[in-house]
Amino acid sequence: MSISPDFEKNKILVGLAGQQNAGKSTTFNMLTGASQHIANYPGVTVDKKTGFYRYKDVKVETVDLPGTYSLTSFSLEERVARDFLITEKPDVIVNVVDASSLKRSLYFSFQVLEMGFPVVIALNMMDVAGRNGTQINLEALRESLKVPVVPTVGRKSIGKKELREAILDVSNDKNQGKIQAPLQINYDALEKPIEDLRQELTRTSLKDTYPCRWLAVKLVEGDAEALKIVTRTLGDSCNELQTARRIKDVFEEQNDLDVADYMMGCRDKLATKIIKKTVTETKDGIDRVTEAIDSVVLNRFAAPFVLVGTVFMIYQLSIVKGYELTQYWWPVLAKFRALVAGILPDAGMLHDPYLLSMGLWMVDSANALLNYIPIFLILFALIAILEDSGYMARIAFILDKLFNLFGLHGQSTLPFILGGVFAGGCAVPGVMATKGIPDERSRMATILTVPYMNCLAKVPFYTLLINVFFAPYKSWAMLFLSTFTIFVALLVARFLTATLLKSMETAPFVMELPKYHPPTFFGVGQRAVERTWQYIKKVGSIVVAVSVCVFTLLQFPGLSHEKSEQFQREMNQAVATFHEQSASSSYAHQFKDKAALLSLINAYTDYKTAKLTIKTAEGSRSLDAKFQSRYPDLFKFLKPKGDKAAKKINKSLRKLASKRKGLRRQIKEEQIETSFLGMVGRSMEPLTQWAGFDWKVNVAILSSFAARESSVATIGVLYQQGADENKSLEDRMAAETGGNDFTPLHALAIMVFFAMYPPCLATTIMIKVQTASYKWMVFSMVFPTLLGFIVASGIFTGGRVMGLSGIQMMGVFYGFTVLLTIAIGLFKPWGKKATPIAIKPGVSIQ
Amino acid sequence: MPGFGRGKRMKGRGHGKCCMLKEMQPGTRGKIHCHHAKGAVRQRLLDLGFVPEAEVDVIRRAPLGDPIECRVANYKVALRKSEADLIEVKYT
Repeated sequence: MSISPDFEKNKILVGLAGQQNAGKSTTFNMLTGASQHIANYPGVTVDKKTGFYRYKDVKVETVDLPGTYSLTSFSLEERVARDFLITEKPDVIVNVVDASSLKRSLYFSFQVLEMGFPVVIALNMMDVAGRNGTQINLEALRESLKVPVVPTVGRKSIGKKELREAILDVSNDKNQGKIQAPLQINYDALEKPIEDLRQELTRTSLKDTYPCRWLAVKLVEGDAEALKIVTRTLGDSCNELQTARRIKDVFEEQNDLDVADYMMGCRDKLATKIIKKTVTETKDGIDRVTEAIDSVVLNRFAAPFVLVGTVFMIYQLSIVKGYELTQYWWPVLAKFRALVAGILPDAGMLHDPYLLSMGLWMVDSANALLNYIPIFLILFALIAILEDSGYMARIAFILDKLFNLFGLHGQSTLPFILGGVFAGGCAVPGVMATKGIPDERSRMATILTVPYMNCLAKVPFYTLLINVFFAPYKSWAMLFLSTFTIFVALLVARFLTATLLKSMETAPFVMELPKYHPPTFFGVGQRAVERTWQYIKKVGSIVVAVSVCVFTLLQFPGLSHEKSEQFQREMNQAVATFHEQSASSSYAHQFKDKAALLSLINAYTDYKTAKLTIKTAEGSRSLDAKFQSRYPDLFKFLKPKGDKAAKKINKSLRKLASKRKGLRRQIKEEQIETSFLGMVGRSMEPLTQWAGFDWKVNVAILSSFAARESSVATIGVLYQQGADENKSLEDRMAAETGGNDFTPLHALAIMVFFAMYPPCLATTIMIKVQTASYKWMVFSMVFPTLLGFIVASGIFTGGRVMGLSGIQMMGVFYGFTVLLTIAIGLFKPWGKKATPIAIKPGVSIQ
Repeated sequence: MPGFGRGKRMKGRGHGKCCMLKEMQPGTRGKIHCHHAKGAVRQRLLDLGFVPEAEVDVIRRAPLGDPIECRVANYKVALRKSEADLIEVKYT
């Protein structure tokens, strides 16, 4: 390792390493405060959290390494952590150690020490250790490990100054080259061969990049990544590799013992020795509080109730209460829309300027997503509480068997909850949350099935169709939709893990059940804001971009010349009629000018639209006052009082506005029908008729790929008749579809298809991010479409052949899905002997 | 104790009876004798403290019967029966 010439550096790099549940993130927060940012490690999906602080004029950059149980090369996180240490060579490593389970933590510390970095041990959770009756002799521990040991309580920010001081000291010592040699693990019988190999390695080019003793130890141990490092630099037939192999063979022949086992034994012996020297247990070391909670929470009979209660509470607080909050939040977004509308050019008589319609379309799409912010903030905060308190691990423990039957993992619970197990969630954070699943195969299966959950944006579409076609069975239909998706997800997971994902890397389910501790306000709040922001950033930008594409596809090629002329003629005629009828009014001359008439009619339309939402007399008065001040000259035409001449204008104006609205609607419908998207929708009709979809539904489905929210909007545009009579979309759909044989069976097929239909674009992008593969992204779009279409066709055509009504078919289909799921779940516990783990060479970090 | 030692699994080596961790009843204690796991499974088990000679308490089974909750090296770990079937224990 190179030593910088300036021994009092004013900028140092600190790596924060430690095992999961050792309180690494609270220590990180304690050290760096609020100035942090998150990125990915290059090429992989592991979060890299970086924070900065200044101490005694030294700028300290702190990187939070992934929490892993060791620094071997078996998991992605471990490889990432190790690669960071080797390539970035931080000035100081802070090893966060859980004081309440010191022995296990020591295995990790040994590995860090073995890599030869300057280390400070942050002995965290001293309070828990104290409560459990564990007394640690700090001086003895310092002496044994030969590194500084700072006792901390990260959650309460105890030990912050001391830790910062120790970091700076070690960094200065290192730069002055007077750092004390840390503890070296003694491998007894292997010491001499390892030393020989080390010397051999110091004569190669590897010595500049890697600590040689560490490399020697790892080579003898047979560590895959170490072998790869040497092979890459020196070739696969170099002497060093042969030496390592010889050492291993000789040892194993002489001792009839696996060399890696032996080395583990040496470390264990050392750990035991250190523990004996430093730790005194005054009690039996059991956390009574945790035991008491677990005896209820994990009780065979109580567990299901606690679990369902918790999930229900998450649902109530985030989705239901959050939705109530959106009522207060929506006006803010509406103001934003009005603001944008104010900046954009005004509406034209028949055609709006593109800038206006496109701008508003973009704002609407963005608003539809931003509207969910209160829900996400609450949801993410609650989930952070579950994670930090330790209950999340218990949920995984309780449900693992069930999930495992279908090739999933206990830790698939969180992604499914986020995705919207009941009704309402979002697949984007759901897919994001799969990061924590250690088993690659289950993780992939989870990623690919989370989108089947009912995202918040699917709900309005369901509500619409259910209100129209299943009104008498509303709650049954909703129950059907929110539960059958779970069965579908399980079935798909089982299918995928038994086929496409069969050969993927699996990992053992060995999971720590951490002690319960109360979450901190800062930690929870920060995580909630952070995840919500990620959602806005990732989803927002994509949705806006795609909404522009969909807008374009819906607008162009636009009306034919003749059609557009015809509409224009009709409009001109209507204007002429207006002039004719109002000619006798003394104000008529004011509106001879086209622009003046346009502003009058726009003001009138705005007034009428605003009036629709007003219900009380008082509201109506304040609305009048508002318009009076906004249009002082025009208001008398909007609401004439006594003035006969103004009344005349108003009467003709009403007719003109109504005509204009009708024409605009026709234009829009015509436009969609002849648009590119409309053409695609029409061309798909011969195929989609098997599922009962007409072209309008096809267009809605296609446009909903951008974001589910837009499906209701598109349907709204397509079923326009009656919109001016202020009928609700439900009524309009019912009236219009009544004529062309649109039955509840049609609606059922659409809803089922919609439930399975591919994830929205934002989710597929997230799938790309999480799987690091375009192949899987495409798969995540194609497979559900095909599956959804086959199932929807089966429902529609099957129901028709059997002569079943929509609700009957719903029952039949539900029964079938449930039985199939149970049968498959019971059918031979899945993958009894998980195939031995192969190290996947694909995912390594260079 | 019922549930212990399904004949072929027994590997009695003279001192103490051996069985697989999976077969231990909740509430009993044993000492790890050896592992049959390999590769990543083995590493993970070792990392979490399932080292030879360590004491293990079986605390409970999950409500659905699998996984099992154990206490080892002063903290609690859940592991599936399929993994617990790889750890040989001498019970005390």
